[in-house]
Amino acid sequence: MNKKKGTLRRLMKYVTAGHKLQFLIVLVCILISAVANVAGSMFIQVLIDDYISPLLLDPSPVFTGLLKAILIMGMIYLTGVVSTLCYNRLMVTISQNVLKDIRDNMFDHMQELPIKYFDTHSHGDVMSHYTNDTDTLRQMISQSIPQLFNSVITVAAVLCAMIVMSIPLTILVLLCVAVMLVVVRKVAGKSGTHFVKQQQALGKMNGFIEEMIGGQKVVKVFCHEEKAKKEFDGLNESLFENAYKANKFANIMGPIMNNLGNLQYVLIAVLGGAMSIIGFGGISLGMIASFLQLSKSFSQPINQISQQMNSIVMALAGAQRIFDLMDEEPEQDDGYVTLVNAILENGQLTETTEHTGIWAWKHPHGDGTVTYTRVQGDVRFFDVDFAYDPGKTILHNVTLYAQPGQKVAFVGATGAGKTTITNLINRFYDIEDGKIRYDGININKIKKSDLRRSLGIVLQETNLFTGTVKENIRYGKLDATDEEIIRAAKLANADEFIRMLPNGYDTQLSGNGANLSQGQRQLIAIARAAVADPPVMILDEATSSIDTRTESIVAQGMDGLMHGRTVFVIAHRLSTVRNSDVIMVLELGRIIERGTHEQLIDEKGKYYQLYTGAFELE
Amino acid sequence: MWSESETYFRKFETEKDWSVVMIKRLAACVREYKKDSILTSVTVTFEVLMEVIIPFFMAFLIDEGINVGNISNIYKYGAMLVVFALLALLCGVLAGKYAARASAGFAKNLRRDVFYRVQNFSFSNIDKYSTAGIVTRLTTDITNIQNAYQMIIRIAVRAPLMLIFSLIMTFTINSRLAVIFLGVVPVLALGLYLIIRYAHPIFKRVFKTYDRLNNVVQENLLGIRVVKSYVREEHEKKKFNEVSDSIYRDFTKAEKTIAYNMPLMQLCVYSTILLISWLSAKMIVASTMTTGQLTSLISYTLQILMSLMMVSMILVMITIARTSAERIDEILQEQSDLHNGPNPVRKVPNGAVQFENVSFSYAKSKEKLCLHQVNLDIKSGQTIGIIGGTGSAKTTLVQLIPRLYDVTEGTVKVGGIDVRQYDVETLRNEVAMVLQKNTLFSGTIKENLRWGNESATDEEMIHACKLAQADEFIRSFPDSYDTYIEQGGANVSGGQKQRLCIARALLKKPKILILDDSTSAVDMKTDALIRRAFQEQIPNTTKFIIAQRISSVEDADRIIVMDNGGINGFGTHEELMRDNAIYQEVYTSQVKGGIIHE
Repeated sequence: MNKKKGTLRRLMKYVTAGHKLQFLIVLVCILISAVANVAGSMFIQVLIDDYISPLLLDPSPVFTGLLKAILIMGMIYLTGVVSTLCYNRLMVTISQNVLKDIRDNMFDHMQELPIKYFDTHSHGDVMSHYTNDTDTLRQMISQSIPQLFNSVITVAAVLCAMIVMSIPLTILVLLCVAVMLVVVRKVAGKSGTHFVKQQQALGKMNGFIEEMIGGQKVVKVFCHEEKAKKEFDGLNESLFENAYKANKFANIMGPIMNNLGNLQYVLIAVLGGAMSIIGFGGISLGMIASFLQLSKSFSQPINQISQQMNSIVMALAGAQRIFDLMDEEPEQDDGYVTLVNAILENGQLTETTEHTGIWAWKHPHGDGTVTYTRVQGDVRFFDVDFAYDPGKTILHNVTLYAQPGQKVAFVGATGAGKTTITNLINRFYDIEDGKIRYDGININKIKKSDLRRSLGIVLQETNLFTGTVKENIRYGKLDATDEEIIRAAKLANADEFIRMLPNGYDTQLSGNGANLSQGQRQLIAIARAAVADPPVMILDEATSSIDTRTESIVAQGMDGLMHGRTVFVIAHRLSTVRNSDVIMVLELGRIIERGTHEQLIDEKGKYYQLYTGAFELE
Repeated sequence: MWSESETYFRKFETEKDWSVVMIKRLAACVREYKKDSILTSVTVTFEVLMEVIIPFFMAFLIDEGINVGNISNIYKYGAMLVVFALLALLCGVLAGKYAARASAGFAKNLRRDVFYRVQNFSFSNIDKYSTAGIVTRLTTDITNIQNAYQMIIRIAVRAPLMLIFSLIMTFTINSRLAVIFLGVVPVLALGLYLIIRYAHPIFKRVFKTYDRLNNVVQENLLGIRVVKSYVREEHEKKKFNEVSDSIYRDFTKAEKTIAYNMPLMQLCVYSTILLISWLSAKMIVASTMTTGQLTSLISYTLQILMSLMMVSMILVMITIARTSAERIDEILQEQSDLHNGPNPVRKVPNGAVQFENVSFSYAKSKEKLCLHQVNLDIKSGQTIGIIGGTGSAKTTLVQLIPRLYDVTEGTVKVGGIDVRQYDVETLRNEVAMVLQKNTLFSGTIKENLRWGNESATDEEMIHACKLAQADEFIRSFPDSYDTYIEQGGANVSGGQKQRLCIARALLKKPKILILDDSTSAVDMKTDALIRRAFQEQIPNTTKFIIAQRISSVEDADRIIVMDNGGINGFGTHEELMRDNAIYQEVYTSQVKGGIIHE
């Protein structure tokens, strides 16, 4: 409950912050509009009591007073209408602004989150923050909040009017309202429980559909359609049951409230009538008539609030999930060593703004001096330990040296820790113990963005973005010229097939490049890394989805790409790692063998067994 | 994803009555819930009737009871009102219940029909839709329709009835004053119409932009490692902000238009009240009307205009649901392009395969052929290796054998009979294919294996697993054959997954077995053991083996070398080594890479 209040307060901060004045105007407009509405419901009685009844007694009725009253009422109404228009339109701006702020903040914050967040949350869940959760918020901010204010103000105004008119009758109305509220709580509670169950059933169904449709081709090949249908029917039935119950209780709320209102009306009429006849509490007949009108205006907003309850609860739950995402700890970065362009003059490195092709680490020291170290790609691990979850150490005592221009390969079974090592170099994860030095600098001192800019990476899962081929390659270097892009594509041996595409480099890719083959997508990813031109490259199973013949073609391009760079290669195809300067064989997070291909073959250890095909890698 | 939808819309733009056709098709899914739907309307009708009568008697209560101080009349009308209110309550509760059942049931049937339809899709149908697209249709879209349907059967009945009854009542009370409505109602209706007409296209645009937003987020999530490695967070933020901004602009525009709804409605209500007040005051003074009638008239005024408001709300709701309905209908009207012919053959005589002048195009167009003029003659029981570069149409070639796709030109024959003459299920049970992108499903290993043969005995399963070299590692699991496989086979290694998939296919005891690069993650020794087991244990099964490694195919009876959608060479290892350039090249690249050992 406390958490809910916190969420609401935080949400209201979004609503008020930045548009304080607008929000104030909205409140004032709602107030005016509500008062006009209440005045309207009292007007009829005033009309009857103060104008029509006296006129009835007047033998020669003069209507000017009445006309004046109607005109005044007209003015009040008009103010009400204008206020309604104002707050409705202002509220649109506010709510859309809030939604945009929340969306943008959420995405901006998400970009700052460490890889760990993405590794531990399902994409579907994260996506639903942007769709379902924001949607429920939209409803709440643009509809529920103004309505809530409106209802509260109306209730307050009517309550005042009722108290002024007759205290005993007011107490009677309040008693009726109390009964209504108890009923609302009961019904809303039931409907809420079933809504939760409905969401659970929907979730189960969602999982099943996702699995079946994802494997639809397998289903077809095994003629498994009938069984899938049968299983689906079971889940569908239970979803139906829960949806039916949840909606049933939500549906009957309206009629129940409405008719309780009607019963209240009768009760007041009867009791009030009786009281006035026995002369209790100074109640006149005219008073009862107007009181009846007021009691209607009183129960209506309460009815409206109760109808909004479901959507408010759902929106708050959505807001909670959104705020949870926003509260995730962003990636920490205490690095202060930055990557700069440099010129080499007389053996001395100096910083420059021009693109020279020479990069240097700019290292400011405590005493105010700055030293420049040329970026060469020298990476060293000293006794590195690492665990994704505290206590479950994945890497033990890993020590390795990669000298500039060397090709270092990691070989080992799935789960041996190959990818983990590369995750540490670019600081997707931070080490637990030990030290990693890059060109002699502790990588913790290097600014993360600069560290990553100096590393190129090609992964097994190729991720391309919606856009043209050219835009996808340019992702590696946003200011790359067309010539640079084509050069990079040629280097990766991608130029040839790209030219064969319907629009060449301007071919539109969609759905992660679904219109390309796996190999072609990988070639574009390699070109993307090539255009970035980093001193260190990480190839994580980069060529495993390319056939060996194409791979040998790509390999030529890759050789060009790797020339003069430090390269870390992870591959399960040993042909890819064979010509590495050093091969590390990993097992259960330890380096068990290291050496060149020839040395390892001579050792007749694990590598030899792998190579001769006695063990499988994955 | 919505490029598919676009073609769908374009297709229908020419047909004017498409929405009628669509609604008919969707409405057909109501089926057994028709009764509930009708009962909803009936009970809603009674509820409305009560609600209309209630203010009428409230007028009596005031005029003949309170205003004249007649307590027995107060009791009389009070009692009647209580009865009416209870009746209204009963009808309302029943209507709510029926409506919930009808709409939830309609949604259930829709979901079922869509899912069943997808189950009947052919591969080329499946290729058109993304998994996410189908999942959204089965969940969000159907929920939208469910809500709209509930709204329609409750409120679409309620609002017009309320309008008509209330109008009748006003005319009964005072026909001269009721004429006011004839002036106000069209003005309000016109206003609402204009608002919706202006806002609808903007809303439509907003939904498309929403798709774009989702796409940006999804790609960002999938490629987060790329984003972070290239330090492109700012670039991504900019991309997102642009889409977010355009949603903001369009949404604001559309909702600002919708924001006229409420004031317009108030304007009409208030002017009506004032007009009625002025005119009725005169009438009351002239004694042609009572004050009680005035209060009832005001009540009816509210009801009449409220029901118009409801109509406009329904229209907005339908606008939103329409997009969903279109997406659902797209699937419901998608016809599977693979059908059993008349008198389908239900027995496959043997495992011989012939390709006669076969050409194939995924786009079904003769300009974009992926496979040109393929001719092959393979005898039953042969082992055929297939090798070729990425995109050389290896997979395309073998997919035609179990008729996963239909040829564009030519004929594929299995056992000497055109595959199109077989009953599809018969054919696929005899032609087992292990797909390249294969899936295991959540469930135990046994349950997964039973996909191949539902009534397989434990012995049969173990035998199949032994052939696929899977038995050993399965037994090493604590739960052995009852080990639970996570979704997508996440808890077994790639090589183990592939072997389980092979075992699953073997359980079909097929006449033809196709392995589409199915041992790529299996080590060479095991790979060789699998092939040897095939040779010894299922010699009469025709085997197609697509592979990257020469070692996987070199001992096949014959090897097909695919290049660029055609057959470049077809012969034994020795023959190909002698005179096929591509084969030699692949061989050399692998020997040099250390994959092949002499």
